[in-house]
Amino acid sequence: MTEPLVLGIETSCDETGIGIVRGRTLLSNTIASSMDEHSRYGGVVPEVAARAHLEALQPSIDAALAQAGVRLQDLDAVAVTSGPGLAGALMVGVGAAKGLAVALDKPLYAVNHLVGHIAADILTPDSAPLEYPTIALLVSGGHTSLLHVRDLTTDVEMLGETMDDAAGEAFDKVARLLSLPYPGGPEIDRAAASGAPNAIRFPRGLSRASDLAKHRYDFSFSGLKTAVARWVERCEADGVEVPVADVAASFREAVVDVLVTKALAACADRGVPRLLLGGGVIANRRLREVALSRAEAAGVTVRIPPLSLCTDNGAMIAALAAELIASGRRPSTLAFGADSTLPVTEIQVDERALVG
Amino acid sequence: MNPDYPGEVILAVDTSLGTAVSLVDADGTLRSQASAVDPLGHAEVIGDLLARALVDAGEGPVDHVVSGMGPGPFTGLRIGIAAARAFALGRGIPVVPVPSHHAAALTAIEHDRIDGAFAIVTDARRREVAITVFAGMDADGIPAVVAETVLVPRVDADAHLDGIRRIDVDTLSAADLARVGARALAAGRTLADSEPLYLRQPDVTMPGAPKKVGL
Ligand SMILES: [Zn+2]
Repeated sequence: MTEPLVLGIETSCDETGIGIVRGRTLLSNTIASSMDEHSRYGGVVPEVAARAHLEALQPSIDAALAQAGVRLQDLDAVAVTSGPGLAGALMVGVGAAKGLAVALDKPLYAVNHLVGHIAADILTPDSAPLEYPTIALLVSGGHTSLLHVRDLTTDVEMLGETMDDAAGEAFDKVARLLSLPYPGGPEIDRAAASGAPNAIRFPRGLSRASDLAKHRYDFSFSGLKTAVARWVERCEADGVEVPVADVAASFREAVVDVLVTKALAACADRGVPRLLLGGGVIANRRLREVALSRAEAAGVTVRIPPLSLCTDNGAMIAALAAELIASGRRPSTLAFGADSTLPVTEIQVDERALVG
Repeated sequence: MNPDYPGEVILAVDTSLGTAVSLVDADGTLRSQASAVDPLGHAEVIGDLLARALVDAGEGPVDHVVSGMGPGPFTGLRIGIAAARAFALGRGIPVVPVPSHHAAALTAIEHDRIDGAFAIVTDARRREVAITVFAGMDADGIPAVVAETVLVPRVDADAHLDGIRRIDVDTLSAADLARVGARALAAGRTLADSEPLYLRQPDVTMPGAPKKVGL
């Protein structure tokens, strides 16, 4: 088969992503975000996100087709995120994907969002192909996961994930504590620019020896958030001005430290000298800097896809489906649903049984 | 059959209650229907129901997609609208939005021979019901709305209706939804907005001051 032309639909959180790929070649990565609608609430509101997906889907598909210069009839397959993510948001994409696939009589591939983040890397033509195995650290407002990827289409293991808030959520919540707007990531970054990262020693979640035994690769950011809240309250109680720059820089350092430390620990433990970063929080410059310098010291090669492919997008979903097709996988049945807690081991959902 | 009618076959999709799909000819003749009564699981069943209804309807193009716009529980309702729109996009055909209660009203009038004013009542979750009052059909053969859809606490519904005949429905005929759409098309009328009939703002709490954690 020539390289399959695939349209991917991603609606797991607040980005309506439509991507079109031909094999490993990116033709369009169209993203409509409802972030502005969530800003007044200080975080993603699932119902607001789902409403926005429904309105954004058709114009996004039209825009993606125009950019890619292809017609729907030309597609070899449709792909969609089945999970994990916000259930009501995912269902909009699933409904649309099924309607489109049935209308076109094309195969449909239901895939895993987290594995999609890894697949984003194969759409970068200028770099050498992704080597396996690799450790992957996926950090966004919706998830914080550490994966051991032995093969993109068949063998992905969840090493650890957040026990409470996602890292991106922690940035949003701490931004609010510091009276900074939503989304918190860029705001904390801006505030931290003039602060000292070691001014305040905030706790590193699940990093004590006693925690490491059970949660070596898991993350927790709620204790950190509470520590920041206490610090801010104490300043107010003492009548001193909150040193926003120092708090922001020290908070960010605690998050970055724990992310990078655990990711590199996984690399060392598993004997895997490769680390792939993904998810919207990778936009954080400090995270990239610390990851790159500490990985270099540890002899680990770091790969970071372009930011437009790190945030949630449909191109990564299409790319994963294209790889599944290339490896001979059959399409999904039409019976799958949205699974908000889809395990990472389910790279494709509901593959059709072999007939005959 | 109206000679001015622009299309031949109409596909209707509704997930405001269960999941219902049907194909009818422009004159209302049933070609196929497929449905699931489960008020959940729309995402799981919508694809197979669509595929089955198309196969059962036989060869030939589809000219319009009628989308049931609610009212209904939002999460389920959106799945049908998303599928209807994407199907229409895939086939390059227009979407005709129709309020879902109109289908139930047509069933009441044409199938159950209900005369005079009556109210279609559906569950709206949170101990509320959605009520639309109709009275017969208008000149275009479309159920005539005499009171627009409102949400009313379930316990107040009877008082609200004040003697108007009440018809509680928990399943919907997609064929009748398609027929209402066909008649709206033939008459050149638009019966619903492209926005779903949500009738409720998203459930959000505005952030107040950060909660104190205590020193
Ligand atoms: Zn993501």
